Amino acid sequence: MTGSRLSRGGRIDRSKSVRFSFDGKAYGGHQGDTLASALLANGITLFGRSFKYHRPRGVFAAGSDEPNALVTVMSGDVREPNMRATELEIYDGLVALSQNRFPSLEHDFMAANQLAGPLFSAGFYYKTFMGPAIGPFKNTAFWMFCEKFIRRAAGLGKAGTAPDPDRYERMNAFCDVLVVGSGPAGLIAAEAAATTGARVIIAEERPIAGGSLLASGELIDGRNPAVWAREKAAGLADLPNVRFLTRTSVWGYYDGNVLTAVERVSDFKPNRTKGQPRQRHWIIRAGKTILATGAFERPIVFPGNDCPGVMLADAVRRYATEYGVAAGNNVTLFTNNDSAYDAARALSLAGVNIAAIVDVRADVSGACRDIASVAGAELLLGHAVTGTHAGKALSSITVQHFNAGTGRVSGAPREIRTDCLGVSGGWSPAIHLASQAGGKPEWDEDLQAFLPPEPNQNWVTTGSAAGYMDTISVLSDAATKGSAKSRLVLPQVEAPMLDASPAPVFEIEPSVKSQKAFVDFQHDVTADDIRLAYREGFHSVEHLKRYTTLGMATDQGKTSNVPGLAIMADVRGISIPEAGTTRFRPPFTPVSLGVLAGERYGDLRPHRLTPMHDWHLANGAKTYEAGLWHRPMIYGSHGETVEQAYIREARAVRQSVGIVDVSTLGKIDIQGPDAAELLDRVYTNMFSTLPVGKARYGLMLREDGIAFDDGTTWRLGETQFLMTTTTANAGTVMQHLEYYLDCIWPDLRVHLTSVTDVWAGSAVSGPNARAVLEACVTGTKVDNMTLPFMGIVHGKIEGIPIMICRLSFSGELAYEVYCGAGFGTRVWEALLAAGKPFDIMPYGLEALGTLRIEKGHVTGAEIDGRTTAHDLHLDWMLSKKKPYIGSAMINREGLKDENRLTLVGLISMDNQSITGGSHIVTDPVPREPADSFGHVTAACYSPALGKYIALALVKHGTSMIGNRAFATDLLRDKHCAVEIVSHHMFDPEGSRMHG
Amino acid sequence: MIIKCPYCGPRDVIEFIYQGDATRKRPEPASTDQAAWNAYVYDRTNTGGSHREFWLHGGGCRQHLVVTRDMSSHAISSVALARDVAASINDGGRA
Repeated sequence: MTGSRLSRGGRIDRSKSVRFSFDGKAYGGHQGDTLASALLANGITLFGRSFKYHRPRGVFAAGSDEPNALVTVMSGDVREPNMRATELEIYDGLVALSQNRFPSLEHDFMAANQLAGPLFSAGFYYKTFMGPAIGPFKNTAFWMFCEKFIRRAAGLGKAGTAPDPDRYERMNAFCDVLVVGSGPAGLIAAEAAATTGARVIIAEERPIAGGSLLASGELIDGRNPAVWAREKAAGLADLPNVRFLTRTSVWGYYDGNVLTAVERVSDFKPNRTKGQPRQRHWIIRAGKTILATGAFERPIVFPGNDCPGVMLADAVRRYATEYGVAAGNNVTLFTNNDSAYDAARALSLAGVNIAAIVDVRADVSGACRDIASVAGAELLLGHAVTGTHAGKALSSITVQHFNAGTGRVSGAPREIRTDCLGVSGGWSPAIHLASQAGGKPEWDEDLQAFLPPEPNQNWVTTGSAAGYMDTISVLSDAATKGSAKSRLVLPQVEAPMLDASPAPVFEIEPSVKSQKAFVDFQHDVTADDIRLAYREGFHSVEHLKRYTTLGMATDQGKTSNVPGLAIMADVRGISIPEAGTTRFRPPFTPVSLGVLAGERYGDLRPHRLTPMHDWHLANGAKTYEAGLWHRPMIYGSHGETVEQAYIREARAVRQSVGIVDVSTLGKIDIQGPDAAELLDRVYTNMFSTLPVGKARYGLMLREDGIAFDDGTTWRLGETQFLMTTTTANAGTVMQHLEYYLDCIWPDLRVHLTSVTDVWAGSAVSGPNARAVLEACVTGTKVDNMTLPFMGIVHGKIEGIPIMICRLSFSGELAYEVYCGAGFGTRVWEALLAAGKPFDIMPYGLEALGTLRIEKGHVTGAEIDGRTTAHDLHLDWMLSKKKPYIGSAMINREGLKDENRLTLVGLISMDNQSITGGSHIVTDPVPREPADSFGHVTAACYSPALGKYIALALVKHGTSMIGNRAFATDLLRDKHCAVEIVSHHMFDPEGSRMHG
Repeated sequence: MIIKCPYCGPRDVIEFIYQGDATRKRPEPASTDQAAWNAYVYDRTNTGGSHREFWLHGGGCRQHLVVTRDMSSHAISSVALARDVAASINDGGRA
């Protein structure tokens, strides 16, 4: 094939030259060219090397169905691989590279793979690399060894590692009618819908509207159809209720008539306007969808059908009529249907020389004969192409007699010199989106193609996507599908009388085979691979697809699907509809990850900061993230380690007084006449008996009896409670309560409000905590009588209303002081000032954790979704007087098993630190695998005990107390001797907090 | 998927949180029928076709909805407030 630019024709702008490079060489083209049309015009035949065999491949199609001509586009260091040259619009400075070749496209070492052809047939990888069950290459070991070599040899373009500097946008759109495609069907359907006043979005994959009209030799209303389409599209785009999106590929069809599309906003521009995105992702929610997606021409499978120069007949036509490019000097056509004659007519009008038309049918209509004769093409009826001769370009084809009834090839081969062969094996409606939407495509005997399934959502197909193959019936169908109320006057169409029904010929299989016959070009699947799959027992289309990888390449088998099925049906001796087809999946064409991410890159989480956050930072806090919250870990002093810091902070709490920010605790305001009843049902213990002005520690279980969350709940009034939850579970607990109120107990008169962000909380703990409050709180006393353990009082600090509850997580005399979030820092600072005489110490989560580990208080590390109240020694909280969520399930055998892990304390015997996640073993030496009978949930150095300690969940925990064991952490190479003790490691009587 | 919330109107599924099978009947709180509790907590039928399920409109009105959905096609045939549904079932139970 030696393509060249025709002296006239096409919709390219010949007054505008474009310079670009391909594999490092500079070329010229015109504005409006695709990379494929420009390279063809430059006489380029070789576009890439094939996936497995590294065979030379040329351009095969002219649109999104292209299997061969994939290129990598470079912009600086950024690579965009696997772009279809047939869709890539050229621009000044475009840099494109061919793929899957080494060291160059012309000289490819891996082309030797072709000689080893039989080795690479279907199932090759499995058969070769799944090794025996024993030996050095057992199971997948051999594959692991070979994989890196194979990955280099077989494949598509290489993905880049440079960050993508482009900007992408996301759009949500709503419309009454979405029209996909703007060929004759799409334009008329959109017009019909728009005239009823519906909000219409039209999405066109290509840069301009028109579809098949752009390359048609017909006349519409006596005019060039491309011009008719352009004016129709412009008229529609001007309507206020129509949005016309070009360069927009609809790639997915989801439930609820939600469709996804990618708009190429500036891919094709050498210089982008500042701020302009490269691509825009659309999520379109359509009332009704009209799929006017057209049809794909499919090839006939014959030996040597993959060499550069063999193309789809319609692609040869489109290059001539749309781009003014002759794909060859001397074109031949090979067909089983009339559409190739329409192509011949257009080609000869465009000035392309046609040597011969090879038709498998024994006879054709007068219209076809006339076209052949006008074009000056030799008409070879009852013939088929049985071979090709080509190096980097096609030089000749072999034809023989062919009986379309029996499929037999006979007679002496004849060689015809040609540099471009256009093949037409009939047309397959582009049912991809309809298939994604669901339903089983239906086989049409007349068209020898699958038609769209019965709609299961509000969509219709029209035009050739619905099986209407001539323009007149396309237009009338589209007007009706666009709107039943439409009164459009349809244009007059002048077209030759051609019949789109093909002869049922999918493959030419001569008795002597000298060349491979490809079905799936992109994955190098041959007709023999399909027969091999059959012989090896892979009969169903689903197995066939996976065993041979037929149709699994980036083109999703747009050209190979039906021929592949036909060959399988043939060897099985069944019909194509009996063989069935697979369901198409999104995306219709590949979508870049960048556009899916849109603006969502980098750190996407919200950051939750407490009202005192700035104070923490200004005072040396090192923070870490607890869920979405940023919380102080320690308040570091110069030269101090984290351990030294938390020991200093925790010691200060036990010795005098400390203060910690507890604003992050989940807080739910619960109000209503049945508020107490709700709490009785969701907590294991009783809350209806709680007096106003008191708080109680509560435990919630899940419905299956496993512990869920704990916290204190305060009775602020007869019908009002303030529930606190753990920081991590705040949202989940809210959801839990809402579920029961909405779904199970709608009769309870209770209202829930999340007030987590409304209150700022400071916990003041330590023997001097009361003295600190006495120094700054007004309006209430805080002595033991007025504010006993678990009591609540209201007062003021610096005139700011506050609420104090005396409760303790640290085990010390402690108070939680709450105020409106906006006053958080002022109250915090007032408490610090009041605590100054006592050297009050702000402390972070590490010290908070240390204090609670010493006391054996549980948190999310122990309430881990597997433990029960019994496991955590919280069974004293399980009321026997009332049912509660989970009460019916807690006594199940498995939850009472003595072998369950239960909570214990650990004390390091050798003064080594214990690491969280260590396993508890009896082995004195680290060994793998060790029999673990428990694990460490939390560990620290205890300043109160002067030892490294931990909490752990251990089998038979309670009866193990007093025993010695080892905490082993193979990951961090720690193995330390521990004594198992009660989890109440410090002040087990609780005398300090009651003091 | 789009769910038509009775309060907020048609909204995308990302605003909702799936809350499980709405056809289960929770035993009476005081019930000690272990088999009934086990069935309630663990047994789920894998229904093809129409099925009722709870969805929480967490990104909207925070109401639980009972959504009747075809498990094969995902087509939603009805959406109601869970409180209304539960109340009507409870009334029916009493009557």
